[in-house]
Amino acid sequence: MNTNNILEIDGATKVFNVSSGFFGEKKELVALDNFNLDIAAKPASITTIAGESGSGKTTIANLILGFMKLDSGNIRFEGKDIDTMSKEEVINYRRNVQAVFQDPFGVYNPFYRISHIFDLVIKHFKLTKSKSEAREMVEASLNAVGLRGEEVLEKYPHQLSGGQRQRMMMARAYLIRPKIIVADEPVSMVDASLRAAILEVMRKLRDEEGISFIYITHDLSTAYQVGDNIYILYQGNVVESGQTTEVIDNPQHPYVQLLIDSIPVPDPEEPWQEMIDIPEEEETRFSNSLGCRYFARCPKRLDYCQSQSPDYKQFSGKSNHWISCHLYGD
Amino acid sequence: MDGKISLSVNELKVHYGTPTGDIIAVNSISFDVNKGEALGLVGESGCGKSTAAYGILRLVQPPGKILGGTVSIDGTEVNDLSDEDFRKLRGTKLALIPQGAMNSLNPTMKVFGQIKDQIQTHEGKQNSNEIKDRILNLLSKVGLPKRTYNMYPHELSGGMKQRVCIAIGIALHPNLVIADESTSALDVVVQRVVAQTLSHIQKEMGVSMIMISHDMGLMAQMVDRIAVMYAGNIVEISPTNQLFKNPSHPYSKILIESIPSIKDKNPLKLVEGITHDPRRPPPGCIFQLRCPLVEPRCKETSPSMKKISNGREVSCHLVS
Repeated sequence: MNTNNILEIDGATKVFNVSSGFFGEKKELVALDNFNLDIAAKPASITTIAGESGSGKTTIANLILGFMKLDSGNIRFEGKDIDTMSKEEVINYRRNVQAVFQDPFGVYNPFYRISHIFDLVIKHFKLTKSKSEAREMVEASLNAVGLRGEEVLEKYPHQLSGGQRQRMMMARAYLIRPKIIVADEPVSMVDASLRAAILEVMRKLRDEEGISFIYITHDLSTAYQVGDNIYILYQGNVVESGQTTEVIDNPQHPYVQLLIDSIPVPDPEEPWQEMIDIPEEEETRFSNSLGCRYFARCPKRLDYCQSQSPDYKQFSGKSNHWISCHLYGD
Repeated sequence: MDGKISLSVNELKVHYGTPTGDIIAVNSISFDVNKGEALGLVGESGCGKSTAAYGILRLVQPPGKILGGTVSIDGTEVNDLSDEDFRKLRGTKLALIPQGAMNSLNPTMKVFGQIKDQIQTHEGKQNSNEIKDRILNLLSKVGLPKRTYNMYPHELSGGMKQRVCIAIGIALHPNLVIADESTSALDVVVQRVVAQTLSHIQKEMGVSMIMISHDMGLMAQMVDRIAVMYAGNIVEISPTNQLFKNPSHPYSKILIESIPSIKDKNPLKLVEGITHDPRRPPPGCIFQLRCPLVEPRCKETSPSMKKISNGREVSCHLVS
């Protein structure tokens, strides 16, 4: 156990039972396979978890937030396993690990004014009893995300833009002064021109307030702009990880290479090169539980990729760049 | 009108009625789509890009209403057509690939049935072998394997469903296809597959296309010209490469600068301010509340659409 880490995830595995049809055979779908992650207490960082839909990124968020139980492995916060925490410790954990979700439209109750979400938090975590003090706290956290109380607090959710609502959720999380915020796709439902404001809030909270983020996204370009470390998942396995700029500038795994190559370049003079095709998900999802999960789609596959799963190896010379692929190492 | 224009939209106006006044969703927009050209319609959510498409197709649902404007297809005005006659044009002349195609397929019908429906509604009953060949041909055109023919939508992945919708859209060889956010709910790699399929078909069949999207990166890859919409108005129309090289309207500039890059780490461009109440736009320029370069005259008179060099049109006082 390393005392410098605030959050440690060790061998986290989550398996879902999926049955095909009413009497169909039961299959096991490994949503997350032996996932490891450490978040250092200092300095605060933004850790990106990226991957396509079904790759297990939201499963990680749900596990960290305690919405799901692990099948094996454990998650420790400040050295304590979150599964065996006492009631007080759970409250402390929730205080320190907050969440911002994808949909800024669905998280608000449309019948209440915006101030309601802040009142609830103050009441639940018993932050203060004095009304004026509460108002000051709310104002301070709204200022941190670039909003002013008189502009927004008395409004109803439908009167605000998606970007404002999402910043409000950041302010709500920040009000509690957590150590970690789990942000599950916070910008994917917000307009491109307003995304920058939310990413900027994340950067500011990290640099000025020392709050670490677990930033879950499918969008590598926003991760590149704000992230420190990145983990790229494919069907529940980490295929490549390391420093964000290092991984994105110099991707090694064939999947990550394809992923980065497929991001549309905002320059008409740099068109996509060749046409690509991919097999359907069902073919790859349950097959070859032994070998590399990317086997069915990999353009560079070797014979033994199907029978042996690749180890997680350090990429030559680079201290913090790991790859899970047979093409590297040895 | 020369024979090069496939679709011409003139002063199209669509409002949504609400108890406190009409929301001006599409405010007198005009544009042309040339034969074989792909035109992009971009803008943030709520700017009226989808409503414009539905306005062209006469598919606006109440409380929305089309208040004016003319639509011409291949130089023929179609405004005077009855609803029944216009319905016959949909699919044969104008096709829509709807937003969220995942949900637009009938879950109880196999793929071939849905394509057959489209063909037979317009062309009447046909020889079953012929129609099977035709459907298989369509499926291969959009890059789907033959066995998709007998599958239900739930057996397909998102990208495959999207390609079935493309197949339905092009089944009757329309002159113009409107693709409404057809790749936005997909993962990057799948998005690329679907986008490439669309572009490939568009070039192969020589159809014109209107691509609606908020993703500027995707637009750069796929379309020839871009029309930028803001709050129901078209503020700029430019060839794609020129728009990216040198955006004229301040809003186009913001849109392009806000694309996060994976090439260099620039400080992100922040856009402050919110849009006006769409029921009561302020007098003057539509973009004045969010424009970083706003001047007093912008609050008085609204700029008209001006032609500048190289087939570009911009509506801004600062551009001459």
